[in-house]
Amino acid sequence: MTVPILYALVGIALFCMALHGVIVSAHPLRKILAVNVMSSGVFLVLVALARRAPGPSPDPVPHAMVITGIVVAVSATALAIVLVSRLHSDAAGR
Amino acid sequence: MSDGRARLLRRLSHGALVLLVTLVFAALASAVLALPPGAAGLSAQVDAELPRVGTGNPVTATLLGFRGYDTLLEMAVLLLAITAIRALRRGQLPVLRSGDEILAFLGRVLVPVMILVAGYLLAAGLDAPGGAFQAGAIAAAAGVLLILAGRSVPLRDESLPIRLGLATGLAAFVAVGIAGMLAANAFLDYPPDNATNLMTVLEVAVSVSVALTLFEMFVSVLRCGNPGGVTDLAGREER
Repeated sequence: MTVPILYALVGIALFCMALHGVIVSAHPLRKILAVNVMSSGVFLVLVALARRAPGPSPDPVPHAMVITGIVVAVSATALAIVLVSRLHSDAAGR
Repeated sequence: MSDGRARLLRRLSHGALVLLVTLVFAALASAVLALPPGAAGLSAQVDAELPRVGTGNPVTATLLGFRGYDTLLEMAVLLLAITAIRALRRGQLPVLRSGDEILAFLGRVLVPVMILVAGYLLAAGLDAPGGAFQAGAIAAAAGVLLILAGRSVPLRDESLPIRLGLATGLAAFVAVGIAGMLAANAFLDYPPDNATNLMTVLEVAVSVSVALTLFEMFVSVLRCGNPGGVTDLAGREER
């Protein structure tokens, strides 16, 4: 087993633990955090598998996809937090 | 149902869930282990086509060139997300007060360095590791650090320049895309003579949009549910 494969397996483990977290956690904030950990696992898998390329530099295409993914993940997280917060304050009648 | 039975049922269903997640791990891991070890992916194709898109950085070439549609739509996602957030948020931006001298010191010393690094990453992105997203993220982080350090950031959310800045990445992409349609063969196709210039325009526009969007997202999350006043980062609130 090579180092990139090891990192990819760690990414998959992260993804699966967070999947468990998404299902088990009741609080929406915990669910949002768990989804974030899931996406980190996916990014780790992509970056690790890109490193399998022979030669000095890794495959650029998965790296470009990860950059795109990180920004989308951040914006989705922010939208989710604002939605949860709005839900919370509306439920509290404020 | 008695208390004991309910607890047993909960334990059983949790056990089933753990089993299921383990199975997912096993399936994904076996898929990764079955991959050939030395696959080059698309590196060769990217390297071969690199001169056509006017940049020496293969990641930038992929982002803005080969997968330009992807990045265009990502800018649309960012704009959509920040528009939804602006519509949903309520409350005032709190004045944060941490009383933390280290944070205040970092806010003073680190922010100029961060802006410098963001500028460097933007400039380097065409030929070396770096690029618009990294530069935008660091510039946004500089703003976040300023707010955490209790400084006021002179950005008026509702002002026209801010709103234009949020949309500039998508607007530049659409404009460059249409220019490519007229000057070259297809939407987002770069004429080889001007490829580097068009890339630079896109890089700058995207970094401005990313920086403003990420920063506003942070500000919006802070604003949520806050009626105004001073928030002590140690947890106490004063009105």
